[in-house]
Amino acid sequence: MNAEALAFCALAAMVLVGGALVVYSRNLVHAAVSLVPTLLGVAGLYVLLHAEFVAAIQILIYVGAITVLILFVILLTEGATGLRVRQRNEQVPLALGVCGALVALLWVVLLRVPWGPAAGPLPPYNPGAVGRSFLMPYVLAFEVTSLVILASLVGAIVIARREE
Amino acid sequence: MARLAWLIPLFPLASYGILAFRGRVLGERAPYVAIAAMAVSAVLAWGTFLEQVLGAPPFVWRAAWAVGGERVITVGYTVDSLSSITVAMITLVGGLIFVYSVGYMHGDPYYARFFAFLSLFCAGMLTMVLANSFLLMLIGWEVIGLCSYLLIGFYFRRRSANLAQMKAFLTTRVGDTLMLVGIMALFWQFGTVDYQTVFEAVHKGAEKASAAVRLGPWEIPVVTLTALLIFGGPIGKSGQFPLHVWLPDAMEGPTPVSALIHAATMVAAGVYLVGRAYPLFFFTPHHEALTWVAWVGTVTALMAGLIALAQDDIKRVLAYSTISQLGFMMAGLGVLGYTAGLFHLLTHAFFKALLFLAAGSVIHAVRTNNIKEMGGLWRSMPVTFWTFLAGFLALAGVFPFAGFWSKDEILLEAYHHDPAIYTLLTAAAFLTALYMSRLVAYAFFGRYRGPEHPEPDPWLPEDYARAGVHGPHHGHEAHRGPHESPPVMTVPLMVLAFFALVAGFVGIPGTGPEGGSWIHHFLKFEGFEEAGIHAPSFSWPLALRSLAVALAGIGVAWVVYGVRWVRSDQVRAWVGPLYPFLRNRMYIDTVYAWVFVRGGLALAAGLRWFDVHGVDGLVNLVGGVTVLVSRLHRLFDTYVVDGLVNLIGWLTRGLGMLLRPLQTGRAYHYILVAAAGLVIIVVVSLWRL
Amino acid sequence: MIGLPHYLVLSSLLFGMGLFGVLTRRNAVAILMGIELMLNAANLNFVAFTKFVDPTFVRGHVAALVIITLAACEAAVGLALIINAYRHLETVNVDQVNLLKG
Repeated sequence: MNAEALAFCALAAMVLVGGALVVYSRNLVHAAVSLVPTLLGVAGLYVLLHAEFVAAIQILIYVGAITVLILFVILLTEGATGLRVRQRNEQVPLALGVCGALVALLWVVLLRVPWGPAAGPLPPYNPGAVGRSFLMPYVLAFEVTSLVILASLVGAIVIARREE
Repeated sequence: MARLAWLIPLFPLASYGILAFRGRVLGERAPYVAIAAMAVSAVLAWGTFLEQVLGAPPFVWRAAWAVGGERVITVGYTVDSLSSITVAMITLVGGLIFVYSVGYMHGDPYYARFFAFLSLFCAGMLTMVLANSFLLMLIGWEVIGLCSYLLIGFYFRRRSANLAQMKAFLTTRVGDTLMLVGIMALFWQFGTVDYQTVFEAVHKGAEKASAAVRLGPWEIPVVTLTALLIFGGPIGKSGQFPLHVWLPDAMEGPTPVSALIHAATMVAAGVYLVGRAYPLFFFTPHHEALTWVAWVGTVTALMAGLIALAQDDIKRVLAYSTISQLGFMMAGLGVLGYTAGLFHLLTHAFFKALLFLAAGSVIHAVRTNNIKEMGGLWRSMPVTFWTFLAGFLALAGVFPFAGFWSKDEILLEAYHHDPAIYTLLTAAAFLTALYMSRLVAYAFFGRYRGPEHPEPDPWLPEDYARAGVHGPHHGHEAHRGPHESPPVMTVPLMVLAFFALVAGFVGIPGTGPEGGSWIHHFLKFEGFEEAGIHAPSFSWPLALRSLAVALAGIGVAWVVYGVRWVRSDQVRAWVGPLYPFLRNRMYIDTVYAWVFVRGGLALAAGLRWFDVHGVDGLVNLVGGVTVLVSRLHRLFDTYVVDGLVNLIGWLTRGLGMLLRPLQTGRAYHYILVAAAGLVIIVVVSLWRL
Repeated sequence: MIGLPHYLVLSSLLFGMGLFGVLTRRNAVAILMGIELMLNAANLNFVAFTKFVDPTFVRGHVAALVIITLAACEAAVGLALIINAYRHLETVNVDQVNLLKG
């Protein structure tokens, strides 16, 4: 077992445990905080996958922005009142079945696909390729995304604003 | 100059446009516009004419107008000797009549409208003469027909004028329809209506044209039938028997109109058309179309001459005289006298316009149309008398007036080609002299038989418009009896009288090359030389004979109406039933009134009866059935169609009620269902793998 | 040697957890967190496929970045909605927010 496998196992464990805590915690603040190791673990996996730029963005946006935002909202709304109210709805068994089935099916598909041998030596990582992709073939997606950002910005402000 | 000929009809047209839209504003100044336009046209027309006289080649301009495959309809104009001399005549006579109208129509409330109509008429007439094809000719032809209709009914508040204009329009329409069919036939045969192309094709003898049509027991070549159909137009427009009945009634219009349209130009359009389409008539087998033309003309000349003898209305006498003279022209063209017929057309235009205008001057003075109420006018109206006398001598055919030369040409041609026609035409010439002498004797000689102070007669056309209006030249109170007309009316009379004297001189033998007359040299038909037909040369015995006939007519009239050795009522008793027969226009109008007018009305009444009882019944039946069917339909609609629709509605609602519990409004239920659906889809697709 | 299937298995587990959270949580913020987990699973897939299938043109990275951006937008709008809903309804439990129910 080499270093890469070791790292993968550690990160995978971090992600799964974090995820489980997110889903499981009755206390919403705990759940939100548990999101942090999960997202960091995913960022670590990105590094393992030679996607350092995506990993940096993951940390910046998810860990830095979204988690903090979620924490704010939790505190603004009900805070840690989850301890007193029921946190789960009535369809837990059904949902467990469906999710289990889905994951099992995905594994079936995974096992059926004949994955080829691992690719040869990787080309040197080049974040510039991402930039070129955004500005050359995917410029439309880029622009549309920026529009969505603008719209959601305005929308978020309008919706969350206290009405006079 | 020939290249500018297309402008000739445009000036009167522009004048019409100005007067039609600004006439009310122009008011008293309206005639100047019309006269100025006419003067410009006259200058152009005479320039074109003189150019042709000096030997310019004929000029045809045309452009494609409507193109349908190989068949092209062109628009353009023709300048040759015939069209140039005719436009020269029209612009001159027309211009003089315009000037005359300034005085004659003065004070009319529709002064500008009158000149607008006259201008439009001249535009149409000039277009018709200059046209390069039958189609453009037809356009001009219909425009002048329309103007004739409008001007006959110019005093539109008079019932008789309304009836006369309808009669004129409907009667000529009969001929026009035949002509339209004829033009269509031409187009069918030759694929064009261009004069040049058609005539060349007729000359060569096209395949379709030489085929025969079976009409009852006769077989008529197509080309002859076409020529005769085309001739239908001239029969109507030029007042030839049997469609002449409208022309005397057309005298309901103002006198300048009678002079311009119903004496000099429009009625001559038919003769012009026969002259223009002469190849079509000439190149029929044995010239048989021309034989028809000749006989129609002869019958018309004789018949109208007889009727004119028994009429008392000065304008009606002149109208029948016009019909008779038009008959002469047709007869002249028919007996291969191409030049003779057209020559008479030109001279007649001058002297008949003169006679009408002089008659208008007389009517203006005495306020009646009845020659029996005139008399002795030679003393009170000297200018009118002398000019009328010139016109009379020209019409009667007395040497050396214009009518002598042109009528003599016709008689000469007839003598050489058809003795029977010659005899009849000589009789008609005698009648011409007779009735015109009677008219002159009644109107200008003897003693004045009218009232001392002629009252404006509200039913007389010339007074209707200006009843109660007394312009500076209407001061009857100052004079006793009739008096001379103002110079604006008498000067045109004098000019026309001059032409009535000299217009015939171009027919004097020796004025042209090779001892012939100038007019024969100028107006000649090329087809004659090819066919070996030579115009007969002037013969003194024949000329003297026709002069003797004219003088005999005048003499007889002098005996009866002048010195009264024989009283006219004695003559009347002597001829017995002939007089009422002639006085009632040979009962032709009566027969038409019975057959066509009453017949038409009866047919209309019958059709109305059929409409009310037959067609309406059928319509009502259909309506009833429809109502019944729609009632049934309604039942079906209410119970079957609506039932189905309602059923679908109920079904939808029921299904909705059934499915309603599924809509919990809770998002996580939907997501769960979606996820389960995804699982199912994946399972199914895996199964199939 | 860690291959593509390892990553795929991991991301499928993460996705399953996220979905379970979405399906069973009553609190809207918790549902949002589940959605974030699912999006991360998808991103992980994209980046993994990029490494093993398309290392030259890094198209998966582009998709991952777009998804991260959209996730941020979605979080912003979603949380705004939650605040607004809480202001009006005094709750963020989705089974109590049932104005849509006919």
